[in-house]
Amino acid sequence: MRRIVVVGASLAGLRTAEALRAQGFAGELTLVGDEPHMPYDRPPLSKELRIAPLDVAEDLDARWLIGRRAVGLDIGRRTVALEGGDTAAYDEIGYDGLVIATGTAARQWPGQPLPQGVFTLRGLDDTLALRAELTEGRRLVVVGAGFLGSELAAAARELGLEVTLIEAAEQPLQRAAGSQVGAYVAELHRAAGIALHTGCTVREFRTAPGTDRIGSVTLDDGTSLPADLAVLALGAEPATGWLAGSGLRLGGGVHADAYLRVLRADGVPEPGIVAAGDVVNLPQPLAGGARLALGHWADAVEHAGTAAYSLLNPADPRPHQGIPSFWSDLHGVKFRSVGLPAAADEVRVVELDVASRRVEVTYHFRGRLVGALTARRTGRLAAYRQELAPRVGEFVN
Amino acid sequence: MQITVDMNLCESHGQCVFAAPEIFSFDDEDYLVYEATASDDLLAKAEKAAAVCPVRAIQVHAAAGQGAA
Ligand SMILES: Cc1cc2nc3c(=O)[nH]c(=O)nc-3n(C[C@H](O)[C@H](O)[C@H](O)COP(=O)(O)OP(=O)(O)OC[C@H]3O[C@@H](n4cnc5c(N)ncnc54)[C@H](O)[C@@H]3O)c2cc1C
Ligand code: SF4
Repeated sequence: MRRIVVVGASLAGLRTAEALRAQGFAGELTLVGDEPHMPYDRPPLSKELRIAPLDVAEDLDARWLIGRRAVGLDIGRRTVALEGGDTAAYDEIGYDGLVIATGTAARQWPGQPLPQGVFTLRGLDDTLALRAELTEGRRLVVVGAGFLGSELAAAARELGLEVTLIEAAEQPLQRAAGSQVGAYVAELHRAAGIALHTGCTVREFRTAPGTDRIGSVTLDDGTSLPADLAVLALGAEPATGWLAGSGLRLGGGVHADAYLRVLRADGVPEPGIVAAGDVVNLPQPLAGGARLALGHWADAVEHAGTAAYSLLNPADPRPHQGIPSFWSDLHGVKFRSVGLPAAADEVRVVELDVASRRVEVTYHFRGRLVGALTARRTGRLAAYRQELAPRVGEFVN
Repeated sequence: MQITVDMNLCESHGQCVFAAPEIFSFDDEDYLVYEATASDDLLAKAEKAAAVCPVRAIQVHAAAGQGAA
């Protein structure tokens, strides 16, 4: 293999590139990224509105095509079409090996054109734009109380804004962590002075009279909330638009097998293409092999080693055996999780105490442990992880 | 092998504990405890732990003569 192209120059792309070098790849390595920035870390964006560059291995020896967007893939000719070059409208680069690491993008509002002052948060530029608006005393409405919306609401409240958080489900984080943890987080939000509206949705964003800027948010029950700015935290969608028509199997991400080899529409791995990070839709052993794209930082890092290995050793692939894990920091509580809390049909609370900030909750599916979530009990996670470990080897595609 | 963790950086993510439980663990207040000197047999695991730490708080130095990892 002479030329490897990595599309997506963020966490998964960078770490896969580093893993390729660490595993002995000495050929030409190119990273393509559509953001006009070198790789940076996303978790601090919603927690502290802070920009933290990712460190890049000094001896990576890669060509960086930054500010260039992949707009097409031709698996027959083994080329990627790129937009944003100096000369042509677009041009092509050839590959012998391809790493798909384009991650996800913030889900957009489906309806009306939005007034000025309504933001989404996924990248560095979003954060800079938003940060400039987050000044003390302003009224912010955050739509969506998943982890990202909850973290952002907490951070903005810390900065002294008047924050309202809107959630369609009965509790924040309900889908990700269950209603008990949701109720716990609702209590943290309210204790911090955030106005939380659950079980309701937004009908309309209205402009302030005589301007094209947001003035209020109307809820489905007719309530009107005055707002100086709003953030949509509606979840993420895999960035697979550039793969449309390529012949790869798409749907909730790019489908890969347990070796992170990318599948064609006929279900057969396409030689020379692997994927890593948030963009991957992977069979999850803990969910009985059901396909899920997860969107966790640590999973992207763990994918990197497997994806690099599968690309360099096509004759001897080894399955990915990582256990999903994520974290979130909310109002000073550091939530840490392993496994798949979202796949549970039963939640068991060991400890969920607001005063001591201690959390230990386990998640089960058909009676079997599938995940755990803790705060100030992180030591316990290692044991739960141990219990899950033998099971991730069970399912080989 | 020598292991150092920058405790100013460490946020108790626990990724290192998952990668190398022989070396890293937590006390009951979620503070990281670790073996500063560990057997070279664990080098690969220690390097994995350093690689998966979200804040890159971990430094691993192989025994003298083998160069820094
Ligand atoms: C605000 C925020 C907070 C988060 N906090 C946490 C947390 O606390 N814990 C946790 O576990 N996870 C968290 N995550 C998730 C974590 O950041 C992701 O799992 C991680 O970034 C995945 O890395 P990735 O490289 O797969 O995808 P991304 O980081 O999304 O990178 C994909 C890159 O590809 C680029 N790209 C997309 N399409 C193209 C194209 N056609 N051509 C070229 N380039 C393209 C994108 O612009 C982007 O730079 C958070 C995410 C966000 C947004
Ligand atoms: S992985 Fe890093 S941040 Fe997490 S506990 Fe270990 S050293 Fe600390």
